[in-house]
Amino acid sequence: MAKVFVSTVIGAPVGQVWPVVRDFNGLPAWTPFAAESRIEMGAPADQIGCVRNFSLKDGARLRERLLALSDYDFSMTYSILESPMGVEDYVATLALKPVTDGDRTYIEWSAEFRAPAGNDQDLITFIGQNVFHAALQALKQRFGG
Amino acid sequence: MTVVRVRRSAVIDAPVATVWALLRDFNAHDRWHPAVATSRMEGSRPVDQVGGVRAFRLKDGAFLRERLIGLDDRARRLTYCILDAPLRLDGYVATLTATPVTDGDRTFVEWESRFDPPAAEAGRLLRLVADEIYEAGLAALQRRFAGAGGGARPATAATRPTAAIGAATAALRPLTAAEPQHPAFETVRTEAAPPVAPVTQTAVAVPNSAATGLRDAGAARPWDDGEPSPQWEARPGREEDGMDVFTVVRRAEIEATAVSGGRSTDDGPRTLAVARSAEPLPEQGRGEGQGQGRAALPSSGRPVAGAIEAAAIVVSRHGGPEVLVPATVSVPPPGPGEVRLRQTAIGINYIDVYCRTGYFDLLTPPAVPGMEAAGVVVDVGPGVTHFAPGDRVAYACPPVGAYAAARTMDAALVLKLPAAIDDETAAAVLLKGLTAEFLLHRVHAVRAGEVVVVHAAAGGVGLMLCQWASALGAAVIGTVSTDEKAALARRAGCDLVVVHGREPFSEAVLRATGGRGADVIYDAIGRDSFTASVAALAVRGHLVSFGQASGPVGAHDIGAFASKSATISRPNYGHYTSDPEELRAMAARLFAAIAAGTVQPMIGARLPLAAAAEAHARLEARATVGSTVLTV
Repeated sequence: MAKVFVSTVIGAPVGQVWPVVRDFNGLPAWTPFAAESRIEMGAPADQIGCVRNFSLKDGARLRERLLALSDYDFSMTYSILESPMGVEDYVATLALKPVTDGDRTYIEWSAEFRAPAGNDQDLITFIGQNVFHAALQALKQRFGG
Repeated sequence: MTVVRVRRSAVIDAPVATVWALLRDFNAHDRWHPAVATSRMEGSRPVDQVGGVRAFRLKDGAFLRERLIGLDDRARRLTYCILDAPLRLDGYVATLTATPVTDGDRTFVEWESRFDPPAAEAGRLLRLVADEIYEAGLAALQRRFAGAGGGARPATAATRPTAAIGAATAALRPLTAAEPQHPAFETVRTEAAPPVAPVTQTAVAVPNSAATGLRDAGAARPWDDGEPSPQWEARPGREEDGMDVFTVVRRAEIEATAVSGGRSTDDGPRTLAVARSAEPLPEQGRGEGQGQGRAALPSSGRPVAGAIEAAAIVVSRHGGPEVLVPATVSVPPPGPGEVRLRQTAIGINYIDVYCRTGYFDLLTPPAVPGMEAAGVVVDVGPGVTHFAPGDRVAYACPPVGAYAAARTMDAALVLKLPAAIDDETAAAVLLKGLTAEFLLHRVHAVRAGEVVVVHAAAGGVGLMLCQWASALGAAVIGTVSTDEKAALARRAGCDLVVVHGREPFSEAVLRATGGRGADVIYDAIGRDSFTASVAALAVRGHLVSFGQASGPVGAHDIGAFASKSATISRPNYGHYTSDPEELRAMAARLFAAIAAGTVQPMIGARLPLAAAAEAHARLEARATVGSTVLTV
């Protein structure tokens, strides 16, 4: 299994960051790469098992299923059903923790997957840099760095 | 402030998926916890929506509200907090976790919480939560699942029907396991399903063509010659597209046989079918090729006056997805009784794969595949009065020819679309939806209170059957192959979902119905499920076999069905959709159900027409959920 782990600290309290990240249908609102998103079958975006169907600005389309969501732990886990990346058994978790020193937010985004084509390192770099890191940096800027 | 922690745990003798299926339902505690009298989700929110609130009353009259604040299907963990309670359970947060015990296929359930009671009440509240809530609940779970574990012990009579299922069957007597067999009538009941003759057919060699005329010649028996069916058999348990209601499919082969004067064969029914099909064929077979759509390939070298050119996908030869190649076809002007369509959305069905591989002889390469599309009428031929250019229409039927930006076809096969149904929805839903319509309303008229089993409940037709049957007031039991699909099936309205391989589904059905069994079972799995389906039927139950994803059902002795006075149906899509007037009525009911939200089309993927090969590859890899639509 390939593993990716990216984290950062955001200068805003968890109570402000979590509502943004918690919206499983909200990628276009905070990531630099998502163009539009919808939840299949008209399900609520916080219903476990719902599928978000979203397109990237480059035209690619992904489908991801919400596996777990906790307002208690501030965490969300999802899997990829369809994507152009050629990954299998992809499960990612986005988790927030309060930084009590300064009322900031620690945020980590991790994923595990298989790369059947053997291009593990390329995918780790791509997902780590172009997806997770890029999105967290955008989130950071949204809250003033 | 005193922080109290409570933790209780127990081992439940049932597989973790079974236990979790019950526990994850945030509103199900009135079905399993002895202290809970009634419960409802506020705002009718889904039971698995984080943030949802359950409002419930205990048997002692106390009223509480609790919010679901975390749900994890991977860790099988549910976290909730109290919003309102008559006790000082301040700051109460509880977590319920189900973990597999691999030794014996049992489940370890932990229930823990913390709260901040007033110091003076801490001891009393701790004991109350620990004893009357947690221990009492865990003990009830143990009783409920007694004997459901991986051990070989059979289900005991102590298990109760679930409330949802029980409600539909409460009035019915329990059936003991050793039901004596009293074959009072050595007959198989057949339902009167207008307007065609009964389609009831067991898999013994009875030609179903006899009553319904030559259009069924050879129908329902492409498998009967004992040929191996590698596509099916390579994927036992495939669910999504097991439907093979298009069993008119080998007509082309039969025509060819008829033309050559029939063949000497020891296959009685086949000989009969050949003889009957020697009569003139009805209109569907006209046009180029063997019943293929009227779109001539440029390579035919016969330009047609008034023809328009259209982008299309052509099966260049029988083979894998790569034989689907883009081409430009010439679409002739409509002849008498025909319309010419500009198509905007095309539905992909598994039968298209069989046409491509040559497994079904509906198509002779090079030809345009596809049987389902939506679009707009361009022009109409002589004698067509019910369509005008500009009408929005859709169809789901042979002959093939749908994978094209335009085509010409028989106007009688085309349905007008209401404004509420967009083209993509129509292309995604029509074939599966019409199938669900006749299965639930015509093959068997499902009534409120009946127990309905849907195999492959997360498949395209399966989801619609569950949604619609549930809306009709039936208690719906779905079977699926994975937990992911179980969640889908549950959302589609299943009151109970059985995951194949965990426990014999017939036992689960009998247990859930207090031993009575199901009133009707919709089975498109075929070989792997047929016998168990019969076992799960109620007396005078109805088994509707409409596909065979796992392989042909095989030969069965009709006499055995007398033990339940069972009805066995083997419906054929063509027989339920061939009368234009009835077809319009079916479509109207389907469109109304979609507009009302009863049936929710699920478009899993949209691809451009040129990507048809990719769409087929995904379908064959089982990488699709819901319908795949090609857009023009």
